[in-house]
Amino acid sequence: MAKLTAAIVGSGNIGTDLMYKLMRSDVIEPRYMIGVDPRSDGLERARQAGLEASAEGVDWLLSQKELPDFVFEATSAYVHVANAPRYAELGIRAIDLTPAAVGPFVVPSANIDEHLDAVNVNMVTCAGQATIPIVHAVAAVTEVEYAEIVATVASVSAGPGTRANIDEFTRTTSRAIAEVGRAGHGKAIIVLNPADPPLIMRDTIFCQLPRDADEKLITKAVEDAVATVAQYVPGYRLKSPPQFGESRDGRPRLAVQVEVEGAGDYFPPYAGNLDIMTAAAAATGNRIAKHMNGAT
Amino acid sequence: MPYSPNLDVRMTDTCLRDGSHAKSHQFTEQQVRDVVAALDAAGMPVIEVTHGDGLGGSSFNYGFSLTDERLLMKAAVETAKQAKIAALMVPGIGTMDDIRFIRDIGLSIVRVATHCTEADVSIQHFGLARELGLETVGFLMMAHGQPPELIAEQARIMADAGCQCVYVVDSAGAMILEDVQHRVEAVVAELDGDAQVGFHGHDNLGIAVANSVIAVRAGAVQIDGSVRGFGAGAGNTRNEVFAAVADRLGIKTGIDVLALMDVAEDVVRPVMDSECIIDRLALVMGYAGVYSSFLKHAFRAAEQYGVSGADVLMKCGEQKLVGGQEDQIIFIAAELAAANI
Repeated sequence: MAKLTAAIVGSGNIGTDLMYKLMRSDVIEPRYMIGVDPRSDGLERARQAGLEASAEGVDWLLSQKELPDFVFEATSAYVHVANAPRYAELGIRAIDLTPAAVGPFVVPSANIDEHLDAVNVNMVTCAGQATIPIVHAVAAVTEVEYAEIVATVASVSAGPGTRANIDEFTRTTSRAIAEVGRAGHGKAIIVLNPADPPLIMRDTIFCQLPRDADEKLITKAVEDAVATVAQYVPGYRLKSPPQFGESRDGRPRLAVQVEVEGAGDYFPPYAGNLDIMTAAAAATGNRIAKHMNGAT
Repeated sequence: MPYSPNLDVRMTDTCLRDGSHAKSHQFTEQQVRDVVAALDAAGMPVIEVTHGDGLGGSSFNYGFSLTDERLLMKAAVETAKQAKIAALMVPGIGTMDDIRFIRDIGLSIVRVATHCTEADVSIQHFGLARELGLETVGFLMMAHGQPPELIAEQARIMADAGCQCVYVVDSAGAMILEDVQHRVEAVVAELDGDAQVGFHGHDNLGIAVANSVIAVRAGAVQIDGSVRGFGAGAGNTRNEVFAAVADRLGIKTGIDVLALMDVAEDVVRPVMDSECIIDRLALVMGYAGVYSSFLKHAFRAAEQYGVSGADVLMKCGEQKLVGGQEDQIIFIAAELAAANI
């Protein structure tokens, strides 16, 4: 079956890394790379990789005779809000890696099957992609009244967008922990660590548990979720075995620690926070493409 | 340049915020009212009241508050007659909604804290706080770990964002005399009057008062401490001691020194679970450069997993953990326990 085509809008770090991941897809062919800065390294690399690259923005893309089936947007929330209706009008599926959240949140291991026909899906945040699969897996086998995540990322891998708007990051992640993860409510904390050499992205997931929770069943659910995510994010793994304990005020809780080592496509391996976003976006695109091609 | 025509130094008491760590975040409204009333009467100009990890800190990671911090802050505002009430916020934990809330309930000062290399995450928070008419303070935490020039650069980012006083913060109680002097001097030189400079110490190496005096001599005009040292690690700079020393040195703080001694002994000590002392774990923190609020977490995890608390803290130092990474302590203790079998 012919591959569906994709444009990557935003030729920065995220867009460039995503290009390498899509080049390995057996259902999507990245055809266009769109930027706004002619000197961008991403555009040059796209040309070398055989894509059509343009620094003339989305107007150029949408005036092409052959429009892509997908747009992967790696610009900013503000830009995506403006672009989203234009893609929708032309029947182009949008996979949004910005915090705009025009469409529903998608975390592939948790809820991709619910959104196969959505015209626009949002990839939450890197911390969301790393932690919500665990919350979702635990909430599927026991009640999780509250879940809390702590994401630690290397300072050098937190870009200017995240830094200038760190509130948006914590708010969006908190909301998705409840909406996608199915916890009663959620809280997200992000910590930047400047250690050199940079540390690999680490995330801790706390789930509040009922007093009679089945620890074996929960551990199995966590291990299965890690294996599922590792299918599309090869560097995703449990850092330590799940720890059961309680807070000082006596709330039973599970603590899970995962580590995300990047695939090293465009980012250095410690930047698992960036890698998991592009890997999740590529996995989402691939799944939707298979659905469009008539697979289930 | 002194703080004002009347004061060489403005003191802030943080026993109701930093002390929250030592109290495992179990303050009651009545305790807050009693401590605020006493500090206020002794002339303390600023009193900080928040969960130890700042607005929104109540969590599995840092410990749940017994009383919603919003109620504690309201109680403080209602009680204080002359003192300004301040709150701490750490971007990545609290949000701008928290800053709006504290303005609405009548707090005067927001203190925005970042790790000392990450000042740019505070820009939006300083902007909002100034727009709302709040006084602003910036905290460069764990400042022992970076050279003076870098601390000065980061201070400039905060000042340009609207911060009115940048603090050199010795979160690990690891700074020794000239470490404080050189950092405060570098920040004073960089800011050149655009913002004031402050110092926040911990007593893990037993020199917090001396460090604070050196900070003042280097140009700091705001000094943090806690009465009875009620704070994380071995506690903060003891405010009643600093006030007494400052008085002897002719540094004007506006504090009634004898009254503050009474507050420490009669009002604050009964609220504390135990004295904050330089025991083995607290000393290890200063020695290894570990964030002081890890103390209680390390103690609990060491007990739960049957490992040495000092080993846990040394590992925290080796792994270069920063403030906020309390979650790592559980897994470090679990790994040490697994390695012991």
